[in-house]
Amino acid sequence: MTAKAPVARIERLSTVDGPGARSVLFVQGCNLACAYCHNPETQRFCTHCGACVAGCPAQALALCHGQVAWQPERCVACGRCTEACPTYASPRVRWQTAEEALAQVLPARPFIRGITVSGGECTLYPGFLEALFLLAQGQGLGCLIDTNGAIPLWPYPRLMSLCQGVMLDVKAWDATQYQRLTGSAGNQVVLENLAWLQKAGKLAEVRLVVAPGWTDTEAALEGCGRMLAGDAASIPLKLIAFRPNGVRGPLKDCPSPTASQMQALRQQALALGFRDVRVV
Amino acid sequence: MFDKAATYEALTSTRLTYEQKLVQLAKQAENGLDVLDIPPRTRHLMQTGAIHDLFEGHAPYRPRYTMPDYGLFMGQGSGFLNLAPPQSLDEALFALMILYRHVPSITSFPVYLGSLDKLLNPFLDGLSDQEIKKKLVLFCTYLDRTITDSFCHANIGPEDTRAGRLLLEVVATLRNAVPNLTLLYDPAITPDSLVEQAISASLVCSNPAICNHRANVDTYPCGYGISSCYNVLPLGGGGYTLTRLTLTRLVEDAKDIRHFLEELLPEGVACVGAYMNQRIRFLVEKSGFFQSSFLVQEGLLHQDRFLGMFGVTGLAEGVNALLKKRGLVYGRDEEANQLGLRILDTIQQQVGQLEAAYSPVYGGRFALHAQVGLDSDLGTTSGVRIPVGDEPEQFVDHLRHSGRYHRYFPAGVGDIFPIAGNVAQNPQALLDVVKGAFQEGMHYLSFYSVDTDLVRITGYLVKRSEMAKHQQGSPVLQNTTHLGAPNYTSNRLADRKVRMV
Repeated sequence: MTAKAPVARIERLSTVDGPGARSVLFVQGCNLACAYCHNPETQRFCTHCGACVAGCPAQALALCHGQVAWQPERCVACGRCTEACPTYASPRVRWQTAEEALAQVLPARPFIRGITVSGGECTLYPGFLEALFLLAQGQGLGCLIDTNGAIPLWPYPRLMSLCQGVMLDVKAWDATQYQRLTGSAGNQVVLENLAWLQKAGKLAEVRLVVAPGWTDTEAALEGCGRMLAGDAASIPLKLIAFRPNGVRGPLKDCPSPTASQMQALRQQALALGFRDVRVV
Repeated sequence: MFDKAATYEALTSTRLTYEQKLVQLAKQAENGLDVLDIPPRTRHLMQTGAIHDLFEGHAPYRPRYTMPDYGLFMGQGSGFLNLAPPQSLDEALFALMILYRHVPSITSFPVYLGSLDKLLNPFLDGLSDQEIKKKLVLFCTYLDRTITDSFCHANIGPEDTRAGRLLLEVVATLRNAVPNLTLLYDPAITPDSLVEQAISASLVCSNPAICNHRANVDTYPCGYGISSCYNVLPLGGGGYTLTRLTLTRLVEDAKDIRHFLEELLPEGVACVGAYMNQRIRFLVEKSGFFQSSFLVQEGLLHQDRFLGMFGVTGLAEGVNALLKKRGLVYGRDEEANQLGLRILDTIQQQVGQLEAAYSPVYGGRFALHAQVGLDSDLGTTSGVRIPVGDEPEQFVDHLRHSGRYHRYFPAGVGDIFPIAGNVAQNPQALLDVVKGAFQEGMHYLSFYSVDTDLVRITGYLVKRSEMAKHQQGSPVLQNTTHLGAPNYTSNRLADRKVRMV
């Protein structure tokens, strides 16, 4: 059986999803429901209710036999369908095999050094990732995973050996804070993944989104610093200022952290032994 | 014919500096002469704008672009200037500053300053980075304030040198419009870290541009340099003249594609060739330049290393006009792109048959150049570029498009991309893009960050702040600001598609 995954979008040339220029595949579906998610339309799946069809200005959507059908060649990517969706889902999703997904990336090949799979949550589809990474490596492309780390990664040694590294989103350090932010019980698995990835030498980046009042970034920095100890110097850390763009739900009116708050966190990270600290 | 009104206007202007007036008055005097024999059909095509002499003047008395062999000068000094070969960094910088003052070109300023890294690197021993940078700051400031025209170019690379790296640091700190800087890049010679430093600098100060060294290195037997806003020309020689064929205008008389390709183009190409030969012959045989210039006598310039540059511009509008009825657009529709290639194949083939006077360095032929435009160009897109607003949605498609067209233009062609500000956090990403672009056949490209004051107009740099000053009627130091301001507005350069967002 060929593993398929619901591919929501492919960005051929991204500069913010790992080192160098990379193509990024965003898959649909997430096991968390983070309050600050800036692409909430990738969290849930289309229920084929048809509410989006009439509002499509390009006639790229149709209801056929009870299913919403999307015609990519007509789509103008205006996003009105997700705005109209009662479940905040996108109808612009295609279940694809690794071959199909990679074919969309290949036009970018001479301009990129690798691919990154993001989401949604891509580790929901380990079979697809394995097949994709095998093919991508054959094309000379390095592969990175961008994950929330809520699914244990150590049971997938073959996938982990095919992937160059994992960019892990440590959303909160305190379990209660994590639950409030993500709607999911405890962050135990995230922390276990952090420890395991470090040991396996697969931790490509630690990411922390900073949303004042919602994240415990200082505690998370300290926790990561303590856990990574001497390795912190060699692991890139990205501090991401929350921005309300695209956000729905309780954080949609939350202010972004100030530049000085971000700089203070950067200083804290440097003091904890991180060397490659980027504020974005 | 002497244009009294224009002369009086230049002479009494309050918007020109003294130096700018002097250059314009000299141009008026030159244009009072009538030494070129221009046939009626060429004259007609000049009136329609299909042929343009780029204001080179009516009686050429110096080559348009000169590319002196500065390395030779550093080794031998100059008898004419009574300068011994420099022995220290101070002497080297001082010698160059003196020589630049005497290097002529169409702008009256040097358009080529040499490979500064190679020229200066032998003098760095025993000096700390701080000491060197302090001297380079003074040197670069001198260049920016005295070469008041940004059609001026220095080169670094492809080899990695201490001088090249320090120069990049200084350029990024000063953020000047002069000189333009190009990194000659060959992945087999240039380390990634040097290109990354260059890219990081370009996101701060729009310099340097990056040249595909491998694609250019074998163009001429004597090596090449990048000059002016970017021309690829033989070292120790240069470009006698550059006349352009503006397809935007030429196409206006076309009945259909066949008429354009089989009648208008050959006629236009022949007229340009004959006109350039007139200019070259006068320059070589009558002007006295090659007989009297100390640059020639001391071996820094060789007459047999000059060539005529055959300019082409406005391909996009030419194609769009021919396909107007069917609504096909250059840069977006493959059939339009194919027609663009067909036009260039035709031009290449026809120009390849013309005999160019006194041009052994290029096999007695003219070298094609994708001319980037004039301040007066309204609705004519530079060279073979895609018009602002018609750019492909995906950056990779835009780069691939450029790769297909650059190969026609050995004497220079390039593209300019405004880049999202956050890319400065990941310069490796632009390095990957450059590598891919060169693999796809691009010859030359440059970036600037959407957030910087310095913007590339057609190839040269102008400060947005200086354009604002000029638009309010104040005199400004650099005459390229005069050219850039109207071009920036009329060609909607502020709306160029920002890449890598």
